[in-house]
Amino acid sequence: MSLIENIIIIAYLAALGYLGFLGYKQTKNSADYLIAGGDTHPFIMALSYGATFISTAAIVGFGGVAAWLGNSLLWLTFCNIFIGIFVAFVFLGNPTRKLGVRLNAHTFPELLGKRFDSKFIQVFGGVLIAFFMPLYASAVLIGGTEFLVAYFHVDYHIALLVMSVVVTGYVLAGGLKGVMLTDALQGVIMFAAMIILLVMVVNAVGGMEAGFTKLVMVWDKTVASLASVDMKTLKPGSPDFMMKLSMNWGFEGWNKMPVFLSEGWLFVITTITMGVGVGVLAQPQLVVRFMTVKSKNELNRAVLIGGIFIIAMTGIIFLVGSLTNVWYYEFNEGKNALQSAGGVGKVIPHFINAAMPKWFAFIFLFALISAAMSTLSSQFHAMGTAIGRDIFEQIGSKKYSSMMVTRVGIIVMIIISVSLAYVFDKQPAIIARSTAIFFALCASIFLPTYFGGLFWKRMTKKGAIASMAVGTVVTTFWLLFVHFQEAKELGVCKALFGVNSLLSGKIIFVDAMIIALPLSIITAIIVSLMTKPEDEKLIKKCFED
Amino acid sequence: MGSFDLGVGMAFWLMNASALLCVIYGVIYWNKDKQEKPINMAKWNKDEDKINEEL
Repeated sequence: MSLIENIIIIAYLAALGYLGFLGYKQTKNSADYLIAGGDTHPFIMALSYGATFISTAAIVGFGGVAAWLGNSLLWLTFCNIFIGIFVAFVFLGNPTRKLGVRLNAHTFPELLGKRFDSKFIQVFGGVLIAFFMPLYASAVLIGGTEFLVAYFHVDYHIALLVMSVVVTGYVLAGGLKGVMLTDALQGVIMFAAMIILLVMVVNAVGGMEAGFTKLVMVWDKTVASLASVDMKTLKPGSPDFMMKLSMNWGFEGWNKMPVFLSEGWLFVITTITMGVGVGVLAQPQLVVRFMTVKSKNELNRAVLIGGIFIIAMTGIIFLVGSLTNVWYYEFNEGKNALQSAGGVGKVIPHFINAAMPKWFAFIFLFALISAAMSTLSSQFHAMGTAIGRDIFEQIGSKKYSSMMVTRVGIIVMIIISVSLAYVFDKQPAIIARSTAIFFALCASIFLPTYFGGLFWKRMTKKGAIASMAVGTVVTTFWLLFVHFQEAKELGVCKALFGVNSLLSGKIIFVDAMIIALPLSIITAIIVSLMTKPEDEKLIKKCFED
Repeated sequence: MGSFDLGVGMAFWLMNASALLCVIYGVIYWNKDKQEKPINMAKWNKDEDKINEEL
């Protein structure tokens, strides 16, 4: 490492330390620790929301998927911006903020629990977060650590320890204020790196329009010939196998949508676009951001910043991901991206090292570490508040301060997440699916209760509980026994019934959320209408100032 | 983006249009929202102090 690289690393760590300390100094009570005092600047809030939303997996994992499956992934960016930012901030943000203040709620499960006057809902929400989020957090942790290992050539376990200790430090000390301030810094780094990446890649392939035109030719030269090749002659998991698989799934080019209702179309639209695009609305660590600002004006301003940030993240990485095929074709002996890098997950790191100058590889490393840390810190905070505020304070002793209990909760959850990252390092498939599992669970379980809680006064506690129960059961069943990826990776179906999925055909490509969410919505409506309306006093408390 | 088919082209332009929508919305409503009836922050703060005292 050069002297400049050393100085930049020290400056980065010092900046994180300073912002964590600033958060610590500004944290006077549990409201500061849990929801940043409710007076966060819109710039900080929007960048924190965006940086938490975009993890290393979104950049490296989905960038690689774009190199494999092409620009149909842009539907996800559209959903990320339109649903994840515009709909979330404009339609959900202010009602969530106001409900949070009226009910003195400090966490997402607490908001739902107090809205329906149900301790069960709060504890259940807390348990769900505490149980499933560590898997998601360990996936982010593994992703970030592997980049440290690859760049600095250090031992995986040491890199994991360093990464965990740094994040733990500022989350524990600064609470949500520390988390959001560091998120904002990391968001700026991510934004700058992605803009530079776009400019350099577009320049390298001869311009945006020319690059996409060449992409058609690269498909014809490197993939189309696989049409006549028998799948059985290809090594499973090899680049040509993956490209042939995409053709079998209905993909006909990187600039084309897969055939309507084909396996590929169902995968891109239901799992990638809807699963992630809609699932984001019920992410506890993101919803809590709405409770950190003091008025609707802050949310309106955050829409502008958030929209620009997200298009600069997923928009750029998906376009760059597909364009890597052109760069490799022109500069690597006529090969496409997968053939050059060796696998979907390896495309972006390989491309950065092969195509970009060394100074940019260093900047990009910081962007990836920042993406991992910003997502991780928010996950650690959300898990800690789930354990402390939503579970322990509700069913355990009340003689300890909320802040202390949450801090202990954060430490416990960090230990669990780091342990998972140690254990699952060599079995990344299950971990890689954990993001999709968490998104599907959150959407199916929380979304109807969250929407109903905000907008439907007639929704009852029993309706909410029944909806959450149906969401849990159906999602779990679909993930364990039907969906082609999770059911296979989790292995429960194979162990019990000797097959990877209980169903067959295209249905196994449909995401769990697409099946479970409508059922949990219907349950919420039917059970609410069949049960006695909630007490007028509770409704007044929730909806009137 | 002439090489995109209809589905990918729509995704590309909708992505840009939704980002533009966010920018326009943010600019128009930057400071325009009517001063809403202040939510009872005083009560919220009092509740918060009470909880902290109890704990």
